[in-house]
Amino acid sequence: MLAKRIIAALDVRNGRVVKGVRFMDIKDAGDPVENAVIYQDQGADEIVFLDISATDEKRDIMIDLVKSVSRELNIPFTVGGGIRSVKTALNLLREGCDKVFLNTYAIENPWIIKEISRETGSANLVIAVDAMYNNGYYVYKNAGRINSGLKLNEWLPLAEYLGAGEILLTSIDSDGTMKGFDNRLISEASSMIDIPVIASGGAGKPEHFLDAFMAGASGALAASILHFKINTVNDIKRYLRSNGVNVRL
Amino acid sequence: MIAIIDYGSGNLASVEKALHGVVTSDPYKIDMADKIVFPGAGSFSAAVSGIKNIRDIIIEKIRNGTPYLGICLGLEILFSESEEGPGTGLSFFNERLKRFKKGIHMGWNTVEFNDNIIFSGIKKGEYFYFVHRYYAPLGSYTCGKTFFNGYFTSFININNIYAVQFHPEKSGEPGLKLLRNFGELA
Repeated sequence: MLAKRIIAALDVRNGRVVKGVRFMDIKDAGDPVENAVIYQDQGADEIVFLDISATDEKRDIMIDLVKSVSRELNIPFTVGGGIRSVKTALNLLREGCDKVFLNTYAIENPWIIKEISRETGSANLVIAVDAMYNNGYYVYKNAGRINSGLKLNEWLPLAEYLGAGEILLTSIDSDGTMKGFDNRLISEASSMIDIPVIASGGAGKPEHFLDAFMAGASGALAASILHFKINTVNDIKRYLRSNGVNVRL
Repeated sequence: MIAIIDYGSGNLASVEKALHGVVTSDPYKIDMADKIVFPGAGSFSAAVSGIKNIRDIIIEKIRNGTPYLGICLGLEILFSESEEGPGTGLSFFNERLKRFKKGIHMGWNTVEFNDNIIFSGIKKGEYFYFVHRYYAPLGSYTCGKTFFNGYFTSFININNIYAVQFHPEKSGEPGLKLLRNFGELA
C-alpha cells in the first residue's frame, strides 16, 4: 500500500539554507546538501528546496545546487522558486532533480504546465499553490503577497487538466504558526482533483500530520518542526504508525 | 563496463553514482557493454523517438544475453505499445501499457516479489519510490507486483532481462542494494 509521505522543506537563498520565522530574522543555516542528508537519514521521504534568492545568477546557482544534491541524496528531491521557462525546468530535471515546482509563473502562464508535462510527463511537475481563505479559498501569487483573483476550485482542476502531477498546497493563514495545517483547505482541495495533494504550512507537532492525512493529504511538509529540532522525521513517523497510518519506517 | 543509456531524459546522476557505469548514447559503447541499464522518466513516445539510433543495438544485446536492467520507463519500453501515445517499444512483451484510471502512483510503496538474485539481501515489505501514471498489467512476465487501485507489474525477470517500475536510485538503501546486486551479476 502506498505510504503517506513526510517531506522536509528547506529554504535556500544564494545557495545557502536560511531559516527564519515568517520571513523575519532570517539566519544562515548552512549547506543545503548537509541539511538534506540529515533529513534523509532521519527518514524523510522527499526533500523540497525552495529557492528564495533574487539575483541574476540564480539559475546557475540552482543548477549547481541540483548537481551537488543529486550526488548525495538517494531519495527524491524537488526544486522550485522563480522558474520562468520550459527550458529552465527541463535543465533542472536534466541535472538530476526529480521534480520541479512552479507557482506564480504558472498562474500567469498556465500553458507552461502543458508544455513542460508534454516533454517530461506530468509526474515530474509540481504546481505550488499558496491559498488564503476569504469567503472561499483564493490563490495568491508572488510569494503569497498578491491575490490572483483565481478561486482554488478554478485553479486546481485547470492545473491538473493541463498536466500537473502533484499540488504542493500551502495555507498562507497557517504558515509559520506551528498550530497545525489548514485541514479544511486540504480536504476541499483533495476532493477537487485526483493527483496528490501535499499539505504545507503550520506543522508544529506529530498530531498535526495525522490530522492532515485524515483530511486527505498524500504527503505533508515539515519545516520549522524539523529546523528548530522539536521533532525528527522519525519521531513523526513513529507517532503516525502507532496511529494506524502507513508510513515508511 | 555498464552502459547507462542516455536518450536525453535526465535523472542519470544517481544511477551513475550507484553503478559506476558510463552514461552514453553511443551505439559503439553500448555494443561494448557487459551490462545495460535503461533508466528513465518521461513519456513513452519521447523515449521511443529518443532511442531511434540505438534501438537495434539494444535489442541485439538483449537477445545475445547481455544483462539488462530497465528502470521505470526502461521497464515500459520493453513493451510494444502504450496508452500514453504513439510509437512502438522494444516489443519483448506484446502488451499495451495502461493508464491508471485515477491519479498518479507517486510515493513509496511495497513490492510483493518472488525470490530473485537482484532482491537478495532485501527484506520483504521494504518500500521503494514510484512515480508513474502508466503501468504494465499483470502477465506471465510478472515476478513482482504492487498495489495501487489494483495490482500492476512492478518487477520483471526473464532470463537476462530485469526491469523494475520503481526508482531504485531514489529508494534509499534497499534501492542501492538492488543496483549493487545487478552490478554484481555474473
